[in-house]
Amino acid sequence: MLEIRNLHARIAEDGTEIIRGLNLTVRAGEVAAIMGPNGSGKSTLSYILSGRPDYEVTEGEILLNGESILELDPAERASKGIFLAFQYPVEIPGVATMQFLKVAMNEQRKARGEEELTTPDFIRRVKEAAEKLQIDQAMLRRPLNVGFSGGEKKRAEILQMALLEPSLCVLDETDSGLDIDALKIVADGVNALKSPDRATIVITHYQRLLDYIVPDTVHVLYKGQIIRTGDKALALELEANGYADIIGQAA
Amino acid sequence: MNMQTTNPPAIRLTAAETALVDAFTAQVGELPGNGAVIGTRDRLLDDLKKSGLPTRRIEAWHYTDLKNLLRVIPDPQVRAMADAVAPLVEGASVLPVLQGTADAYAVVEGVDLAVLKDRLADGTAAAGLTALDKADAIGRINGSFVTDGYVLDVPAEAQIEAPIELQVRHAGGQIHTRFPATFGAGSKATVIERHQAVTEDAAFVSSVSDIVLEDGAEITWILLQQQGLSDTHLGQIRVTLGKDAKLRLFVINAGGKLVRQELRIEVSGEGAELMLRGVNLLGGESHTDVTLVLGHNVPHTNSTETFRNVVFDQASGVFQGMIRVAPDAQKTDAKMACNTLLLSDEADFAAKPELEIFADDVICGHGATVADISKTHLFYLTARGIPENRARAMLVRAFVAEIVEELEEEKLVDALEDVIATWLERHA
Repeated sequence: MLEIRNLHARIAEDGTEIIRGLNLTVRAGEVAAIMGPNGSGKSTLSYILSGRPDYEVTEGEILLNGESILELDPAERASKGIFLAFQYPVEIPGVATMQFLKVAMNEQRKARGEEELTTPDFIRRVKEAAEKLQIDQAMLRRPLNVGFSGGEKKRAEILQMALLEPSLCVLDETDSGLDIDALKIVADGVNALKSPDRATIVITHYQRLLDYIVPDTVHVLYKGQIIRTGDKALALELEANGYADIIGQAA
Repeated sequence: MNMQTTNPPAIRLTAAETALVDAFTAQVGELPGNGAVIGTRDRLLDDLKKSGLPTRRIEAWHYTDLKNLLRVIPDPQVRAMADAVAPLVEGASVLPVLQGTADAYAVVEGVDLAVLKDRLADGTAAAGLTALDKADAIGRINGSFVTDGYVLDVPAEAQIEAPIELQVRHAGGQIHTRFPATFGAGSKATVIERHQAVTEDAAFVSSVSDIVLEDGAEITWILLQQQGLSDTHLGQIRVTLGKDAKLRLFVINAGGKLVRQELRIEVSGEGAELMLRGVNLLGGESHTDVTLVLGHNVPHTNSTETFRNVVFDQASGVFQGMIRVAPDAQKTDAKMACNTLLLSDEADFAAKPELEIFADDVICGHGATVADISKTHLFYLTARGIPENRARAMLVRAFVAEIVEELEEEKLVDALEDVIATWLERHA
């Protein structure tokens, strides 16, 4: 599904290198956790996958289903199936949530050469998905993310993910700012989307989220490289011993 | 040796100033009015002739040098025709002013209505034809040339359900209209003042609305300016708010080549509230100036002023906002904001907020921002598969939609959002 080879990337504005020779393979159906201390490049990786213009790739390759995505803009990558659940979803006053969802769904369908959704079909889909995530209609009538609580914003991200049906889901610190009940709802939402032809990358600082979204593989990111790969036992080891040991071994 | 004259040299008139004077001379005997009106017209034109059009040296006109910007005045288009169209909001009562002429047979149920031409002829409109101060070029021009309009009197306690649309349409030429409107105590109404060009033939338009809200009146007044690409629009709204009166004033500029909208507002009754909102959609090579002079004259009044400007191409915009708080106007609460999206390197916008506060127990604030579209917002939308162009258009629309949504009445909001969407489709 996703193959990252010797990736080097920097901040466009000041040239600071953040990703320094990163290699990662995620297969279809797999849930891969990326863990690492603050400042290791976790969020940067999620932005680079989704094509944020503030970063430049200077070397290496990112292949999605065997095709390079480096030349694609964020909208094109989204239409190819990449979805980033933001750590901090932005509030956009004046853009109605429902209108945003409809435009996003239909623009992706257009880009893939599919028919646009009819209004009743669109509303039915939103209703069904919203119910599962305990999102009420009043929330959907508000401008995008405006006045949403932290938990509501994260649920709204998962709602978008469910509606856009991506093939590669990237969850950036989805557990941050969530209480345990909200975390369970979000995790259930993510787990419900698991399928053999969809891969998920869970970026997290803590093991806690991985109790609810169980990973197949765990990768430790440090200074822009994957320094260790293992299974879910690795996450528990990190929880028990911290990052110091692994960082020490890699150095 | 050259002849020397003892008289001070007369001010040299520009081509546009000369055209104005000539137009006045040509219409002597045709402009409606009794002796008093004619006397006032003569005096106003004389003042205009003496001082000329204002330049940037006059502080109120510093960012809009009318003398230099107004190059030509189109000839009067006496044979040009404009038809009335469907109102902006379904069900509204339309009061047409077509090519400068009001409909003498128009009626609006519950409103005492007269055409201004009749009130000029019988002289009852003479007292209103004033210039507010020496820099009031619009008052002078309009007072000299005004031909028609409507005089609205809404009786006390009247509730006028359907919006009243003043539909001012022209096909070029010189158009000078005026709308004195008095809203009796406790009355409620919505008025849409809509200026529209029918053709691309150049027009020179002046229009003054003289709005009085008596005690407790609650009025919504929407000014929608949709002039053509070569038109000059000089507008002025004069407002007096009585005790506990509430005015929601929305100003939308979506057209014109050279536009000045002056808002002269006196909050003169305790407990009065003003909600002023403005949207300026600027494109092409246009110049648009909104100048507000707001007086909080008595204690316990409040006002909010919010302007949102979107500037494309080589357009330039100006917002001057002066709030004056009188010495005994304690407990005044006034908040002014002017936010601009500059969408081209060649576009510019000047914002000049000013507070003159003579009372000590007041809350007054102002803020101005100029920005490009937020990169963070843009990335969020594009990361969901919305192509960049479409995402930009959504964000620009959202920026101004926020203001329009404050009107709350769904029909009005939808109609104005349509106007904005249509404009943006043509310019973005």
